[in-house]
Amino acid sequence: MDSKVLPIIEVKDLDIGYNNIPVMRNLNFSVNKGDIFIFMGVSGCGKSTLLKSLIGLKQPDKGKVLYSGKSFWDEDEPGQKNIMRRFGVLYQSGALWSSLTVGENVALPLQLYTKLSVQQIQEIVSLKLSLVGMEEYADSLPSGISGGMRKRAALARAIALDPDIIFFDEPSAGLDPINARKLDDLILDLRDSLGATIVIVTHELASIFAIGNNSVFLDAETKTMIATGSPKDLLANSQDEKVIQFLTRAKKQELKQ
Amino acid sequence: MLAIKRLVFNEIIMLEKLDFDYSIPKTLIVKLEGDWQISAGLLPITEITAQLTSHPDIRQINLNVSEELQWDSGLIAFLFKLIRECEQKKIQVDHKNLPPGAQKLLEIALKVHEKNILPQQPRESFFEKTGDKVLQIYQSLCLILNFLGDITVSFSRTIKGKVYFRWDDFMLIVKRCGVDTLLLVCLINLLVGMILAFVGSIQLKIFGAQIYIADIVGIAMVRVLAAVMTGIIVSGRIGASFAAELGMMESSEEIDALKTLGVSPVEFLVIPRVIALVIMMPILTIYADLMGILGGFIISVGMLGLNPIEYLNHTQVAVQLSFVWIGLIHSIVFGVIIAVSGCLRGINCQRNAAGVGMATTSAVVTGITGIVIATAIITFICQILGV
Ligand SMILES: Nc1ncnc2c1ncn2[C@@H]1O[C@H](COP(=O)(O)OP(=O)(O)OP(=O)(O)O)[C@@H](O)[C@H]1O
Ligand SMILES: [Mg+2]
Repeated sequence: MDSKVLPIIEVKDLDIGYNNIPVMRNLNFSVNKGDIFIFMGVSGCGKSTLLKSLIGLKQPDKGKVLYSGKSFWDEDEPGQKNIMRRFGVLYQSGALWSSLTVGENVALPLQLYTKLSVQQIQEIVSLKLSLVGMEEYADSLPSGISGGMRKRAALARAIALDPDIIFFDEPSAGLDPINARKLDDLILDLRDSLGATIVIVTHELASIFAIGNNSVFLDAETKTMIATGSPKDLLANSQDEKVIQFLTRAKKQELKQ
Repeated sequence: MLAIKRLVFNEIIMLEKLDFDYSIPKTLIVKLEGDWQISAGLLPITEITAQLTSHPDIRQINLNVSEELQWDSGLIAFLFKLIRECEQKKIQVDHKNLPPGAQKLLEIALKVHEKNILPQQPRESFFEKTGDKVLQIYQSLCLILNFLGDITVSFSRTIKGKVYFRWDDFMLIVKRCGVDTLLLVCLINLLVGMILAFVGSIQLKIFGAQIYIADIVGIAMVRVLAAVMTGIIVSGRIGASFAAELGMMESSEEIDALKTLGVSPVEFLVIPRVIALVIMMPILTIYADLMGILGGFIISVGMLGLNPIEYLNHTQVAVQLSFVWIGLIHSIVFGVIIAVSGCLRGINCQRNAAGVGMATTSAVVTGITGIVIATAIITFICQILGV
């Protein structure tokens, strides 16, 4: 089979939960190469949990996550690590390693997985930091910069190894509208320039429509996905009240009118 | 007397605030009047439910208000509870005649209530709870063993040089063990030596054998006490700080970030800490040995009037080299225990601020318990080996 036609991520019959209490059931969707794929849903519905089982942090209760056809949770440890090396992850809180400076944070993945000299690593670090506009802060500790800067620095770390897939957990949470917009543009640029596939958890409507070209909608009440497709299509064509409600910020009563 | 007065008082409030009307069949018309603000006190809903029990045919409650009703959250709280109670009894409550603001608040409160349906945790019986606790102990033993297994594997990988070892981290921890604890270790052990000398002298004085204080202090400190005291101090300072650090890293997703990079947190964070403590504990213990002996010396020579040369000679004869080794073995084992329990609790920390606190406390408890158990085991083994 030609690997180009295979979706880069494929989720099949996935059930996730904590301690036998299900959070989401029966998830089925696929992410194609170059997509900006959005997980949306109300707070607490399980978006972060789903993300965790995609990036190898949480074993699903049932079902498969396939990366270019390889089932992640059926691989052995080296196999999983090989798949994970293709990821970059931007965590909800940034999660910069607090004992390292911003520059060291970006350098660490390079030290671990490349054979570059210290000098070469330094050059790549300053490139990645300037991509996110943080070059001057290479020597600051994470505790000494603002929340928005931390997010950008974490993004520089996430793209340190030129990943195929970048996962974002609520990238614009806690950012002002201008910086949120800048981050969106940056995400688009990264997709175009690195050819990366991007998976984003977010409930910022502005970002959803600005950058998303595919999505799933997770519903907390039925504990499963109730819609999938491009956010704009969903807005135009979806029959589901909850989806429309979410995408238009409308109240139930307003929809009925 | 007081109770009666109170009853009357309540009765009056009730009469002032509530008025019941049974003119329509199956319907209770409640008229609310007077002061319903929080400052006037909350009325129990039994005032109304009592009416319902005495008229079991009622299926509907209509709420009416008088013109000069004064209300705030006090009224809403009362009605909120009433409506929820009536829902269970399948009685309709009509609140259309309330002031608009009060209606709105009630609707909001009731709506939130109907949306968040948490999964009901079934109530557990005594036996289930006991079983659960036993299972928890079993699970936490599994957790510890798993972790030890992880550490062993990671350690061998580190030694083979397959792992990226962070020397900076390691040196930082080594420094911290020294700077943070050395002074405290010296002080505590000096005092323990002094206490031992004092207590020993009380008995030995009777036999005129005070010089044997040197033996008691020397042997006790060098064989176990110095290592145990040092272990307890290090557990409180360093073990707790390991748990807090790793706990913070866990709750800010830093450990997740390591895992997705394909780096084992055990290799990256735990191994440097374990090695650092295994190196530093014996060094601290040697200081502690010397300070303990010094403490005994100060008391014996300074207060009990023993000959200093004789005291030192006695110590030298009593403290065999093998005792020093036994003390050092203790300290190495303690180093492993403290580092492992600190890191274990940190890595398994719950993701909130309280979680970090709990991790720290339980690291110290685990550490000290481990130290005492290990001391007992080592002492037992020494007994069997006859050393
Ligand atoms: N460690 C955990 N143990 C048990 N239950 C958890 C845990 N973490 C999350 N949950 C539960 O799983 C559900 C989904 O949580 P999750 O964090 O995935 O939500 P989310 O969609 O990311 O929400 P938000 O948008 O607020 O970040 C929640 O109901 C939460 O109570
Ligand atoms: Mg989340």
